[in-house]
Amino acid sequence: MSARNLRFVAAALCAAALVAGCEKGPMDSIQRGYRGLGMVEIFNPNIEAAKWDANQPPPALPAAAPGSPPASAVFKNLQVLNDLSVAELTRLMVAMTNWVAPQQGCAYCHEGANLASDALYTKVVARRMLQMTRTINADNQAHVATTGVTCYTCHRGQNVPSQIWFLDPGPKTADGPAGNRAGQNWPAPAIGLTSLPFDPFTPFLEQDNEIRVISTTALPSGDHKSVKQTEWTYALMMHISQALNVNCTYCHNTRSFAEWDASTPQRAVAWHAIRTVRQINADYLVPLKPVYPANRLGPTGDPPKANCATCHQGAFKPLFGAPMLKDYPELGRVAAPVPAANSAANPAAPGAVASVMVARVLFETGRKNLGTDANAEIARVVEALKRNTAMTVDVSGFADRTGNPEQNLQLAKERAFAVRDALQGAGIGGNRINLKKPEFVIGGAEADARRVDIVAAK
Amino acid sequence: MAEYQNIFTTVQVRSPAYAGVPTAPSVWSRQGKSFFSYWLGKIGDTQVGPIYLGATGVASLIFGFIAIEIIGLNMWASVDWNPIQFIRQLPWLALEPPPPAYGLHLPPLNQGGWWLMAGFFLTVSILLWWVRMYRRARVLGLGTHTAWAFAAAIWLYLVLGFIRPVLMGSWGEAVPFGIFPHLDWTAAFSIRYGNLFYNPFHMLSIAFLYGATLLFAMHAGTVLSVSRFGGDREIEQITDRGTASERAALFWRWTMGFNATMESIHRWAWWFAVLCPLTGGIGILLTGTVVDNWYLWAMKHGVAPHYPNVFPAVPDPAALTGVVK
Repeated sequence: MSARNLRFVAAALCAAALVAGCEKGPMDSIQRGYRGLGMVEIFNPNIEAAKWDANQPPPALPAAAPGSPPASAVFKNLQVLNDLSVAELTRLMVAMTNWVAPQQGCAYCHEGANLASDALYTKVVARRMLQMTRTINADNQAHVATTGVTCYTCHRGQNVPSQIWFLDPGPKTADGPAGNRAGQNWPAPAIGLTSLPFDPFTPFLEQDNEIRVISTTALPSGDHKSVKQTEWTYALMMHISQALNVNCTYCHNTRSFAEWDASTPQRAVAWHAIRTVRQINADYLVPLKPVYPANRLGPTGDPPKANCATCHQGAFKPLFGAPMLKDYPELGRVAAPVPAANSAANPAAPGAVASVMVARVLFETGRKNLGTDANAEIARVVEALKRNTAMTVDVSGFADRTGNPEQNLQLAKERAFAVRDALQGAGIGGNRINLKKPEFVIGGAEADARRVDIVAAK
Repeated sequence: MAEYQNIFTTVQVRSPAYAGVPTAPSVWSRQGKSFFSYWLGKIGDTQVGPIYLGATGVASLIFGFIAIEIIGLNMWASVDWNPIQFIRQLPWLALEPPPPAYGLHLPPLNQGGWWLMAGFFLTVSILLWWVRMYRRARVLGLGTHTAWAFAAAIWLYLVLGFIRPVLMGSWGEAVPFGIFPHLDWTAAFSIRYGNLFYNPFHMLSIAFLYGATLLFAMHAGTVLSVSRFGGDREIEQITDRGTASERAALFWRWTMGFNATMESIHRWAWWFAVLCPLTGGIGILLTGTVVDNWYLWAMKHGVAPHYPNVFPAVPDPAALTGVVK
């Protein structure tokens, strides 16, 4: 090989090494905000396609047969699911086994044939997790909407969800008076391998320290939040970005991170998400500490806790927004008692009026006519309404972002009309159907945005 | 025929080693015997040395060495003295300034005390190096342009690490010593103060930064393109304008109607380069002391336009629910 060839090969190898860390393109982008502001979501269609397949929910089990006796009359020590029928309870138990312990089966939580026994810690944890799931679905719709969550949202067929966090003391530093990392400067995956503080979870998702650091006045007015404090907030934001696989611009207009006027609707959803995760950690996960065996605790002996990645697992909506709750309404049926202080302070808070989703009717882009799936969904609602004659429903129409916003608003309304007409056509009285304009009518481009939600009103 | 070029020279011009002009006697004289390097000759002069450090140079190196030792040993200690992890994590490692709670008080060594010491030694080292630059220029009978250009960079360094933290009353406001950490600090700084891009002095600094590189490219391109007519001998061309200078001037007059002169182009470039850290330093100095949120300030004064909101109104949930945090 001549020197010239050798040089060429060396240059080619260097070039290959330089791009070895790059993703295979081409990348795709969606403009979301006003032009020229960089309000763009960038994604790699190859990676997204693979992720889509990996984030599909398991098929729903066949519905429980009606006419079954109340479970509380048959089973003992039934503390949470005592409002279910035997058939509903059995179906949910089968589903939970598939979601959480497909290998171990019933014996993962139940001690042999004695279903009432609480001897296994897993049963105690599972009971608390059921209460948590119901609270999330009933009281935190500002975050989970009517899509809701099930055990599968986090567990994905594993005993322990893959994305949990423990208190991270960080890598060991030298003994003696040097080498203080100040809680940062270590490439942790949870914060996108930055040199920012590597445990933003303890201060912000377990405790409720102040996240907002940006001054609200143009000139100094006694706001002494430091740059170091900003780095902690920044780390939390990096985690959200990683967990949802989205850019900063998914929620923020980066010309001003603080301004709500310029932000996207997702920012409000994320705000409620942070409160939801704090509630999950403080009320449900941390208090379970004495229940766990040592091998379930973290390196410093703390119990496993949740962050954004626990549910999202790299998708902007967990399971790309698959509405699993609609197949398991038992997981959202009972509203947790709303703390009195909360409801008194703000009667209009989203959690104050608990409602549970009944159905989601999907539409084609730009269309308002009902397809086969849509009619099946409506038939299900009709059946439920006929069973429970006291129930009324709210019907809300939505549209995606494609096309003209004004036409889309009209389209969303007409979709709601179409569903109302179908319900009335099936013999449901008009006085039991309320048309309700949702807070955010226009969603993203995904199929989920083209929908009518039918929600049981109380 | 062999060809002479300005970089990657194929023909090396070598003259006998030259020790330099005689200087006034001092404690230290020039050190080392000069030698010739074939490879350095590829990109510049083949002669290496002698070097002149002098008292300030030697002191500067000692102080600088101490600062680098404090920073490096702290970084190494932060990976528990593991040499492999020290190399692997080096871009992430840092010596952090004290937590804001210490204000301007002296913190314990491992709570930013090392940072203060490293900052002190590094600052002394840099200032001594500046004195050396100034003196060397004077001794050689030169103007002191290089020293003052260096002083502009020192100004920005002092604003970031000393003047602004003192005005803010907290060492914690200063920059960490570290590769990625100082970049993350920069981003966090911009976020905290409402987006530094709306700071007019930041704008000026960027304009001078890019302007300086543009002028450098224009000037270097011009001189290289006329070097075949002797244009690389710029100093002679300044006083005795030859065909190279005439052609260069003509080129720019044809392309943009105006041309700098062989002398003024260097003043243009010098001022653009120097104004980059000067204006940048002013911008940093005003941040947090005079202006607390540059975006709000710029909106108030009409610096940047409002854009239409295409999203449905998103009220602040904290304001809606009464939750403060």
